[in-house]
Amino acid sequence: MSEHKEVVIIGSGPAGLTAAIYTARANLKPLVIEGEPSSTSDQPGGQLMLTTDVENYPGFPTGIMGPELMANFRSQAERFGAELLTKKVTRVNLHASPFEIWVGDPASIDPTFTADSVIVSTGAKALMLNLPNEIELVGHGISTCATCDGFFFKDQEIAVVGGGDSAVEEAMFLSRFASKVTIIHRRDQLRASKIMQDRAFANPKIEFLWNHEVTEYIGDTKLEGVKVQNVTHKTESTLSVTGLFIAIGHTPNTSIFEDQLSLHENGYIKTEHDSSRTNINGVFACGDVQDFTYRQAITAAGSGCMAAIDAERWLEEHAG
Amino acid sequence: MSDSTTTLTAGTFDEVVNASDKPILVDFWAEWCGPCKMIAPILEEIASEQGEHIQIAKLNVDEAGDIARRFEVMSIPTLIVFDEGVPTKRIVGAKSKDALLEDLSEFI
Repeated sequence: MSEHKEVVIIGSGPAGLTAAIYTARANLKPLVIEGEPSSTSDQPGGQLMLTTDVENYPGFPTGIMGPELMANFRSQAERFGAELLTKKVTRVNLHASPFEIWVGDPASIDPTFTADSVIVSTGAKALMLNLPNEIELVGHGISTCATCDGFFFKDQEIAVVGGGDSAVEEAMFLSRFASKVTIIHRRDQLRASKIMQDRAFANPKIEFLWNHEVTEYIGDTKLEGVKVQNVTHKTESTLSVTGLFIAIGHTPNTSIFEDQLSLHENGYIKTEHDSSRTNINGVFACGDVQDFTYRQAITAAGSGCMAAIDAERWLEEHAG
Repeated sequence: MSDSTTTLTAGTFDEVVNASDKPILVDFWAEWCGPCKMIAPILEEIASEQGEHIQIAKLNVDEAGDIARRFEVMSIPTLIVFDEGVPTKRIVGAKSKDALLEDLSEFI
């Protein structure tokens, strides 16, 4: 038998938990299916679980640790009666009424939950380079979590791939431990914000390898270096590093919604202008799963609030 | 925190791991690691449910960096199961309880 809910929120980053706080306070008894622990950003609490100091979230003048901020969001949602389930959604049917949601075996006939409205806040996860031996070397030199693993590269030479804010932030953080951090970027300038760029250029431990791409990992059981190629001249060289941190961008967690929700070409969920409404009435999207422009904790939280209010109004109009 | 998990230190690690009469899982963790915090309650549960088959212990890598280096821990959480003092299984990265229990099925 399926359990029925008024609101099911899928995902538990700043967007999902803000939606939970608002819908719980509106007495809609939301269920948050928060995901399962992992060492990637696809996990309860979302991408902030893999960060250290969050300096730009308003209300914390001296900053706050990412995991602590998310623990606060979570307990605030629980305080108003949101129910949290530490499982992963494996399948949805948004063409059914009420909506159908499965956790665990996606082949089971009965959905685990049915819902009058669904808020999708599954976020985005870090992209990998998809080179041979990558998965085997994760945890043995290749890392998706600078804050988890930086400590182990004390006085070693390492590299970060990427040129955006997250790449520069990781390099700055890693420079506390490593003797040298090389930022490998395929362009000749950074996409990172001005303040981050200035900090990186001023950091004596950070060097730049412009116009280069990583083409191969060297090392069988642990990383010993990477082969890099100049994107214009196609010349190859080797960089000896014991650690490589990948920060080349994100991809939205939308695989279970394909063929059901309208997506942009890049896979992000389409929402109506100035709202969280998707192409299906009663299904709302918020946070990074529908935002490839701003992608901040504060904008995710703001859009989570929008989704909660949109869901509340929709339920009122369709009550009974 | 709980009676079911053992807290190891650099000073007690070798003695406890070698003396254990059943397999002992050592969780290499640190305060600053988000994924470590997420699996901590799962390990507590496994400790109380599977305590007769496997002992669950925690080692803070900030306090015992040498031991983390000795076992080439380069990423946390890393869970290493020692059987009669010998490392026999290594699990890197946070996982769900079901996935962890499957990884540990040979011991429980």
